[in-house]
Amino acid sequence: MQMTGAEIFVKALADLGVDVVFGYPGGAILHVYDALFKNMKVRHMLCRHEQGAVHMADGYARASGRTGVCLVTSGPGATNTVTGLATAYMDSIPVVVFTGQVPTLLIGNDAFQEADIVGISRPCTKHNYLVKETKDLARIVKEAFYIASTGRPGPVLVDIPKDVLTGSARYDLPKEVSLRGYHPNYEGHPRQVESAIRMLLSRERPVVYAGGGVILSNSSAELAELSRVLSLPVTTTLMGMGAFPGSDPLSLGMLGMHGTYAANMAISNSDVILAVGARFDDRVTGKVSEFAPHAKIIHIDIDPTSIQKNVPVDIPIVGDLKDVLRKMIKLVKGKKEAAAYRGKTAAWRGQIASWAKTHPLTYKPSKGKIKPQYVVEQVYKLTKGKAIIATEVGQNQMWAAQFYTYEQPRTFLSSGGLGTMGYGLPAAIGAQVAMPGRLVVDIAGDGSIQMNIQELATAVQYRIPVKVVILNNGTLGMVRQWQELFFEGKYSQTCLPRIPDFVKLAEAYGAKGFRAEKTEQVPEVLRKGFAAEGPVLIDVTVDPGELVYPMVPAGASLTEMLLV
Amino acid sequence: MRHTISVLVENEFGVLSRVSGLFSGRGFNIESLCVAETMDPKVSRMTLVTSGNDQIVEQILKQLNKLVPVLKVIDFTGVDTVDRELVLVKVNADGEGKPEVLRLVDIFRARIVDVAPRCYTIEMTGGEGKVQAFLQMLRPLGIREIVRTGKIAIARGM
Ligand SMILES: Cc1cc2nc3c(=O)[nH]c(=O)nc-3n(C[C@H](O)[C@H](O)[C@H](O)COP(=O)(O)OP(=O)(O)OC[C@H]3O[C@@H](n4cnc5c(N)ncnc54)[C@H](O)[C@@H]3O)c2cc1C
Ligand SMILES: Cc1ncc(C[n+]2csc(CCOP(=O)(O)OP(=O)(O)O)c2C)c(N)n1
Ligand SMILES: [Mg+2]
Repeated sequence: MQMTGAEIFVKALADLGVDVVFGYPGGAILHVYDALFKNMKVRHMLCRHEQGAVHMADGYARASGRTGVCLVTSGPGATNTVTGLATAYMDSIPVVVFTGQVPTLLIGNDAFQEADIVGISRPCTKHNYLVKETKDLARIVKEAFYIASTGRPGPVLVDIPKDVLTGSARYDLPKEVSLRGYHPNYEGHPRQVESAIRMLLSRERPVVYAGGGVILSNSSAELAELSRVLSLPVTTTLMGMGAFPGSDPLSLGMLGMHGTYAANMAISNSDVILAVGARFDDRVTGKVSEFAPHAKIIHIDIDPTSIQKNVPVDIPIVGDLKDVLRKMIKLVKGKKEAAAYRGKTAAWRGQIASWAKTHPLTYKPSKGKIKPQYVVEQVYKLTKGKAIIATEVGQNQMWAAQFYTYEQPRTFLSSGGLGTMGYGLPAAIGAQVAMPGRLVVDIAGDGSIQMNIQELATAVQYRIPVKVVILNNGTLGMVRQWQELFFEGKYSQTCLPRIPDFVKLAEAYGAKGFRAEKTEQVPEVLRKGFAAEGPVLIDVTVDPGELVYPMVPAGASLTEMLLV
Repeated sequence: MRHTISVLVENEFGVLSRVSGLFSGRGFNIESLCVAETMDPKVSRMTLVTSGNDQIVEQILKQLNKLVPVLKVIDFTGVDTVDRELVLVKVNADGEGKPEVLRLVDIFRARIVDVAPRCYTIEMTGGEGKVQAFLQMLRPLGIREIVRTGKIAIARGM
């Protein structure tokens, strides 16, 4: 049977199990919207900005592990997705963005609402397509989902000219994807795995450095098992928060620029590092030449380009973490070497424990101004650590990482690689759509929240009960922190006079607004806000002078931490 | 160190910009790049010359392999290859220089492909050393224009 491209497209989405699409219509994509109108399987959510739509698809993906989908029109609709794509690309998030395009014959003519989005998005997508013929559409849709979600995940963009949508073809969704040039390697080499275990067991001061790859590969259980069998201390990156239970005695918390003293000291003094699904980002290594000077490095990653990129590696293992960790567990579980190893490394764990004890994450409580860290602690207390937390970018993001304990993967959603202000609110909405029963909280800054505040309308329209907690310090706090520490306190362009009135703004959108201005109000205001139905915005006036500590100044080595 | 890398790619829309964009986006050097169809019209071969330390070249090879339409990447370093480049060069050919041009064309087994009143256009192919030497010898005679294809290479034997 012949169908139009638009019908083929919508049917392919439904057949691939897509339940929701975040999007925004326009001329070039209208035929798809018409086909969606008649389709009952695929729900569409109308966002208020295409950037918001991509972040929602991204939040949906991070919270659920399923691929997020976004649909927009050509030209400005397409270019508005770029920040969302780059955000997902840097953090390896499976998202597929479909853009309308001007008719094939007009491409290149500066036609109305034409943008070369395939060219523009090439460096910030895992792969992208321009569909040239209606008969290729179903296959390309299938390939796009396959590429986005396999290997190292990432965003894929598919650009669909209008005539491809109006043209007709037989519906033919291939069962299998076959791409000659794309074969991610899932199986870790057994001999490399053996060498890795041998190296690990031969040393005495091990640390596991766990990243977002643990979450992406759903191997938190394997990581926990291996670390327990060998009593391995575990530190996680920002992207790895929740990959290992934060309350576990073996957990050191986050490492890096704003990592814990214990984690940074442990990495710096370790004699072997087991890097799992982490990419040695410069926020983590500090000065590379002084990073972990005594350590042998074992690096497991599914993407060969992550290995040996920033630091030399002693034992590289390319493969899926789940597979490699299982192989490792098999080699040590129940073996007498494991018991001996736990004994041999006990002194090292003692050393780490004493670092943790002398320099825990802390702040100076005060009766006057509300401390932002206190607010995050209260959010933790109130939600018993069971919420899904999205963050904006800046100090709010760091405090959300430091003062909330994450026990489960996919409960901390944050733009790590790109550091996109305005990510949190739409990501929280997307996460809530994926996980309707969960409490989803966006820990926000007063600057970032204004970058996608319009999505409050989306939340209200679809009754998505996200809770936003603004740590309102009246400044672009993280930038101000750098100005205070490294630019002699010249606060150039970082003051945000208290505009707008967030409570009134929430109400204008039809959401509920709450405010806390004194420390003693915080628990009650949070409780009320979280208990209220529908989307809620809680504006908490916090101490603008508060800085994020520890801090490793840019370019310094990890042991050179500024402490509270 | 310089590396000659051969990349087999799907012969499809945009593949050249994926490869060149990778080099510019990541700050890798690209000294020359040649692209054309292979025996299989669905596949093209790119031969590119790049340089960098071992770690950079390792990244280049891995990043190329990671592109979806890239089918195969071969680093010719340490491989016995035949490599060639085609050069078209316009050189002054008047007065005393003329016989010298003719002599060089003969010695380097080049060919004159176009003749104008005061200049010859010469076609020459050869490996890197030969091309360099030829151009160096012509330079004092007055080179007006050079067009080079960039290097292509094929492994010896089999
Ligand atoms: C203001 C600010 C401050 C920051 N401060 C810090 C800080 O102090 N500490 C910190 O850690 N970060 C910090 N970050 C975040 C930082 O920029 C990086 O985003 C983060 O460190 C990267 O985390 P990751 O190494 O876990 O890599 P990710 O980006 O999560 O990459 C995941 C890795 O896992 C691999 N992978 C994917 N799937 C699999 C699989 N199936 N099997 C095996 N491997 C797989 C991927 O190939 C990739 O190499 C900060 C960000 C901001 C915005
Ligand atoms: C889109 C974007 N623009 C600029 C920056 C640079 N930047 C990083 S943190 C920050 C300040 C964020 O302010 P706010 O949201 O109030 O958070 P705070 O640090 O005060 O908690 C800025 C401007 C960025 N990360 N993203
Ligand atoms: Mg702020």
